[in-house]
Formats: sequence, structure tokens, C-alpha cells
Amino acid sequence: MTDIISPLPGIFYRKPGPDKEPYATVGDRIEAGQTVGVVEIMKQFSEVRSDVSGILETFAIEDSGAVNPGDVIATVTEG
Amino acid sequence: MTVEKLLVANRGEIAVRIIRAARDLGIRTVLAASEPDEDSYAAQLADEVHIIGPAPAGKSYLNAEAVLEAAQATGCDSVHPGYGFLSENAGFARAVVDRGLTWIGPSADAIELMGNKSRARQAAKTAGVPTLRGSDGALTPDSNILEIAGKVGYPLVVKASAGGGGRGIRLVTAAADLLSTVEIAQAEAQAAFGDSTVYLEHFVHRARHVEVQIIGDGAQVVHLGDRDCSLQRRQQKIVEEAPAPGLPDEVRATILASSIELGRQCHYSGLGTVEFLYNPDTQEAAFIEMNTRLQVEHPVTEMITGLDLIREQILVARDGALRLTQEDISFSGHAFEFRINAEDPENGFMPSPGTLERLQWPGGPGIRIDSGVVAGSAVAPFYDSLLAKLIVWDSSRDQAMTRSAGALSEVLISGVKTTLPLLKAVLARSEVAAVEHHSKFIETTPDLLGASA
Repeated sequence: MTDIISPLPGIFYRKPGPDKEPYATVGDRIEAGQTVGVVEIMKQFSEVRSDVSGILETFAIEDSGAVNPGDVIATVTEG
Repeated sequence: MTVEKLLVANRGEIAVRIIRAARDLGIRTVLAASEPDEDSYAAQLADEVHIIGPAPAGKSYLNAEAVLEAAQATGCDSVHPGYGFLSENAGFARAVVDRGLTWIGPSADAIELMGNKSRARQAAKTAGVPTLRGSDGALTPDSNILEIAGKVGYPLVVKASAGGGGRGIRLVTAAADLLSTVEIAQAEAQAAFGDSTVYLEHFVHRARHVEVQIIGDGAQVVHLGDRDCSLQRRQQKIVEEAPAPGLPDEVRATILASSIELGRQCHYSGLGTVEFLYNPDTQEAAFIEMNTRLQVEHPVTEMITGLDLIREQILVARDGALRLTQEDISFSGHAFEFRINAEDPENGFMPSPGTLERLQWPGGPGIRIDSGVVAGSAVAPFYDSLLAKLIVWDSSRDQAMTRSAGALSEVLISGVKTTLPLLKAVLARSEVAAVEHHSKFIETTPDLLGASA
């Protein structure tokens, strides 16, 4: 299991917009470098990517939830 | 209408500013605050604080129902929205009025009209406000787009009707790209704003951004002079000044008079700003859009008129009539405003949240600080990066620039990175002194953006 960590404080969003599809959902196969969400800090958006390829197991932060640097956003089972 | 207990539906420096204006009128204030703002500077100054929700603005400051409930729970008779957040939300303005509360702002109809940029452009044209060559209103499925564009001339911009503030704009330099760009712009506008309509407008290279402050009571409208807000980065204003320097007298007279006429024709009440592009090469000003709210940069107008704009805004909402006539308003000297943002100029202007350890402000004649923070304040990552505004007045533009340089050198902030180095560098440029700057000046002058940008 590999954690995807937020490098920034802010608000975590799983979707690019309120009416859009999520970047990724639990159970998805994701590739290294793939975006799983964005963190908004002071109206600027930074993409959150997975360092590894594998299956997205869980999201630890709900959509529109607050995050701090170092918080686990999601976990991925490598493979 | 009554305004005896005011709900301040905002945060940061503008909440502090509104609380002070209300206090001077003997009005009690309730701050509608998010959870992390419970102990903010604005919360310390308000008579009461009511928590409206958690940190994300969508669940607090943008949550119209929570704000309305706060007003009723605390027995407020009025709502001031500040700028941003719900300030230009016509549905919210209507809901405030429907609940029998006094809305400190223009009518919902005026907000709606000016929120639709192609309708606003038509209203401006009708009122005799100079507009850029463009399509008559939004393009329709029957429009001969190539023919219209030929009359507008290239380069031109495709603008979303529901855009504004620099959003929803695409540049077209040649006819070959026109139809595909219009198609993309319509799809983008649908996705971003839920309204696919777009219109065409002539593009002005190296324009300055000038604007006229007006205030009205639905019948009478007066102007409070003009401002220049050309010093921007990514369409965000950084330094503003009043009056707008280097405008030919006839251009100034035209924008002031036609802004009043636009206000009259849409029965405007409260504060509003009519924004123009000014082309120094052709000496022509043309309408961009109208902002139906208090502006961040309102203090430069206050410094040259001696008026408290928020006081006038509250009184016109309360009394329904302006107490000022055009003859009551006079102008003196020159003022600059510098926006101090929690951003790191040496790291691509990345937001820089944290805790303010040290905060030391300048003083002396003509110096004003509108701050939302004090030493020890937390700068949360959730909201806009504006910490405070330094406003400087002096008898002339040159003298105000000299005084500004001294004032900026006195500012000491530690704990977060700020835009202070950029502000000092901009002020030192000979182009700014000579009024040769334009709205892309900061972005096209690499020396100003730090080594790594």
C-alpha cells in the first residue's frame, strides 16, 4: 500500500468542477503520474498525482475536505 | 428601510473596513464567519460573531442559506456582502430583500443585467458609453459570424456573455481560426458558466485599465472620479491609483458623463464601477464591464474625495436617497493603493499561508492601512491571499510615488512570503512614473517577476 500525500494545505477536490466526473474512483486502476484530485490553496489549484501504478483502494479525505501538508489523501495497492 | 444591526457577510480586510464604517454610524455589527475565522481580526472588532460553516467557502461564505439564517438568528435588519463571495449574486440579493432585510447594494435586476456581459454592452451602447467595435449582442445560430467579424476587424476576442473579470475570453488573429475558436469558446462557456452564448469584440493591444466610480439612488447618479488599475498580474490588480493619470480632458469627461448616464438608465442604486479599456495610441476609451459592488480599490477614491464610500453606500440603502450632489464632490491630490498578498514572488507567486509572526506598518501623513490581519493572525490556505492594502495620498502623483516608496520601505512582515518586493520594484520603474505602463506591463517585464519566474 502506498499513500498519496498532500504536499500543500488547502481544500481537496476529487472532481475538476461541481458537475464533472471525479478524476478517479475507488477500485480504479491508475497509472504512475495520474491525477487523482486537486488541492485548492488561495484560489490556485494544484494537481495531486499518484507516484505509483496500481489499484486505488481508499480516499482518506472526502470531496471538498480540508487538508494539511503531509495528510494522506488516498492509498494505492501497487501492482 | 432600517440599518441598525448589520450582518457583515465577508472576511479579511473588507470585513474590518465595513465594521468600522458601520461603527461610525452607530450601527451594530454581526460578522458571519467560517469556523477558522472565529478568532480573526474582523471577529475581534465585530459586536457579535455568528459561525456559518466550515472552512471551504462553498460551505460558509458562499452558502447563501447559511448567511440568511445567520442574519435572522442574530436579529440583523441588513446585509453587507463586501466584494467577491455573494456580492454579485442576484439570487442572493433578491432573497435578502424577500426576507425583509435591507440589502446594501444595487437591485438584483441591475446585478443580473450587468452580470450578462453582452446585455451589459448593449445597455452601455444605448446610454452613449463608448464601446469597442463588436457584434450587436450575442451571436445567434443565424449570425453570419465571418461577416460580423470582418466588420469588427482582426485581431478580435470571442467573449462569453456570462464571463467577466478576464474569464471566458479567446483571442482570434485571423479569419481562418474564427469559426473553430467560436465553437470552442461556446463549449467552454457552457462548461464554465452554464451559458454558451458568446459575442465578438475588437482587441486592443497594450491598453490601460481605467474605471469610473459611481453612486446612485435609482434616480440620481453622481460620479466620484476615476481610477487606473492597469498594474495587474494574471488579470488581478496589484497597484491602483486615483485619479487615472495622463487621460486627455475630453476622454475623462466622456467616461465620467457616460458612466452617470448608464447608471441613470438602469436606475442604479448604491456603489458601482464602470470599467474601460483606454488605448493611449488612439486616445480612445471603451466600455469593458460594470461591477455592481464595492471594489477592493475604493480607498484611493476616498483619499482624493475625503468621503467614506461605505458610509454613503449604507446611507443610500437605508434612506433610499443620495445625500450628495455632483457639486458636493471635489477632488484633491493623488492616491495609490498597494495590495499586499501572501504570495511568494520568488516562487511563481505560490500562495504562502502560515502565521504572521511580525507585522510593522508605516505611518505619517497621508498613509492608511486597511488590514485584515494583525501580528499572530493565521493566514489560512482556504481564501484569497490579500492580507492588507497600503494606501498613500499626497498632493501630486510624483509626490505620492515618493511617499509610497518610503511607506513600502517601512513595512515589515515575517511568517509568510508577500508581494512586497514586487510592489517596490513596480513603483521604482520609470515606465510607471512616465505613465507608459499597461495591463500586461508586469507580465512582460521579466525583471519584475523574480529570478525563478
